[in-house]
Amino acid sequence: MVEKSFFEWISYILQYYGLWFLQGTGITLMIALLGTVVGFLIGLGLGTVKKIPVSRNKFNRIFMSAVNFLITCYVEIFRGTPMMVQAIVLYFGMQEFLGINFNPTIAGIIIVSINTGAYMVEVVRGGIESVDPGQMEAAKAIGMTHGQAMWNIILPQTIRNILPATGNEFIINIKDTSVLNVISVTELFFVTKTIKGAIFRTYETFIVAAVIYFVLTLTVTRLLKLLEKHMDGPQEFVHVSSTMPIVFAKKSGDK
Amino acid sequence: MDSNIITIKNLHKSFGENNILNGINFKVNKGDVSCIIGPSGSGKSTFLRCINLLDYPTQGEIIYKGKNVLEDKYDVDLYRSKVGMVFQQFNLFNNLNVLDNCTVGQVKVLKKKESEAKENALRFLDKVQMSKFIDAKPKQLSGGQKQRVAIARALAMDPEVLLFDEPTSALDPETVGEVLKVMRDLAELQMTMIIVTHEMAFAKEVSNRIVFMDEGMICEEGSPEEILVNPQNERTKNFLFRFIVGESS
Ligand SMILES: Nc1ncnc2c1ncn2[C@@H]1O[C@H](COP(=O)(O)OP(=O)(O)O)[C@@H](O)[C@H]1O
Ligand SMILES: [Mg+2]
Repeated sequence: MVEKSFFEWISYILQYYGLWFLQGTGITLMIALLGTVVGFLIGLGLGTVKKIPVSRNKFNRIFMSAVNFLITCYVEIFRGTPMMVQAIVLYFGMQEFLGINFNPTIAGIIIVSINTGAYMVEVVRGGIESVDPGQMEAAKAIGMTHGQAMWNIILPQTIRNILPATGNEFIINIKDTSVLNVISVTELFFVTKTIKGAIFRTYETFIVAAVIYFVLTLTVTRLLKLLEKHMDGPQEFVHVSSTMPIVFAKKSGDK
Repeated sequence: MDSNIITIKNLHKSFGENNILNGINFKVNKGDVSCIIGPSGSGKSTFLRCINLLDYPTQGEIIYKGKNVLEDKYDVDLYRSKVGMVFQQFNLFNNLNVLDNCTVGQVKVLKKKESEAKENALRFLDKVQMSKFIDAKPKQLSGGQKQRVAIARALAMDPEVLLFDEPTSALDPETVGEVLKVMRDLAELQMTMIIVTHEMAFAKEVSNRIVFMDEGMICEEGSPEEILVNPQNERTKNFLFRFIVGESS
């Protein structure tokens, strides 16, 4: 048998294992995307809870500080341990102690979500704090409750502010789902390892994987830039010509 | 005569160890235009912020419609919607366009229908001559335009009192006039207003009462003539003297 050249190997891999790569890519993208979205929602929820103002009611105050403590524990634990270890502990722990047999992919989505959530709590908190305090005051001044002000005024601005950080988290997740191979999730890295095992060509197989990862992250970066632009809206606005002739009536009737 | 809207009794506010307001008594009657003057740091902003509870007073009473709003169970949000505030820094909602800035409170707080809120908002935007700009975002407006929208936003809530905290201090000199004009029109329409301002000529012209504050207390109050032309209190005299010298130099 004649020795194949580098490019012959690449085309051989793509020809025979292209579909495998495609499926692995699909799983990686799905886990990263779902994990980022769910993690974002976790972060948004818990970050908002952390910013609830201190109540004047004593019971509420104690309750809220307990909740805040739990959130802090969650954040510290999941930021302070490697995701690979978290995956093993959760996946095999569930089997061992609760007898629950998770589908590895679902376990993967859960792990990435919880992990992303832990990072996003702090991102969201920072994002809320970066909104000018005058926005909250103006909302309060027209009678909005804290919740109404958060939902209608503060969070929309927060989300715009943290979009770059969220996109960054998404890109990290695309790359970091590779650690889920330890629980046999059939994501891109796992698939690559399997193919390598079948054809004994480490270098060429992983070059293909590298290119796929790179194209994924590059595309996502571009899409996020577009999204940011879209959220900022047009730079121009149109003057609305004469709405209707309205007479400003004197404030009527002393009650 | 039942023209009283808010009565403030013995209002105190401290931040930690610092006593900022030291027992203020103040009555707001319907149609009053009161201007608050006084040196920087005398507690004018804090006083306004206490009136609509952006800062919570440490002691005292704010009586609105016979009830003390500082009582534990009082519906603070509803009260706030009736006491409008116009800020020095405008504080338009940056995520909303001009029209939505003026409807969001009506819809969310007053539970009005979108269409009704919009019609009402347009009326006030027209009044402040900003109805051409309903699709613009705040960052696309000049300072004077922002402040006029902020006034329309406050008016759209149909407030009983409007509080202004140095509404023209952050504006370019050429746009101060357009905001003062809007406020002058409001005064003519008997809108009840409390205005913290350094525009003495404006204060003299529109207000029926001028209040001089210093060190967290009301030192002197009276008609514009009494305070600006013929002040009795030494501190008022000093302040006005320094002010006039500062203006002309
Ligand atoms: N949130 C706050 N915390 C601590 N001190 C404050 C706060 N707000 C205002 N102050 C203090 O209260 C004093 C009065 O401030 P302010 O009411 O803004 O005065 P004015 O509007 O008359 O210039 C100032 O000395 C200021 O430093
Ligand atoms: Mg001030």
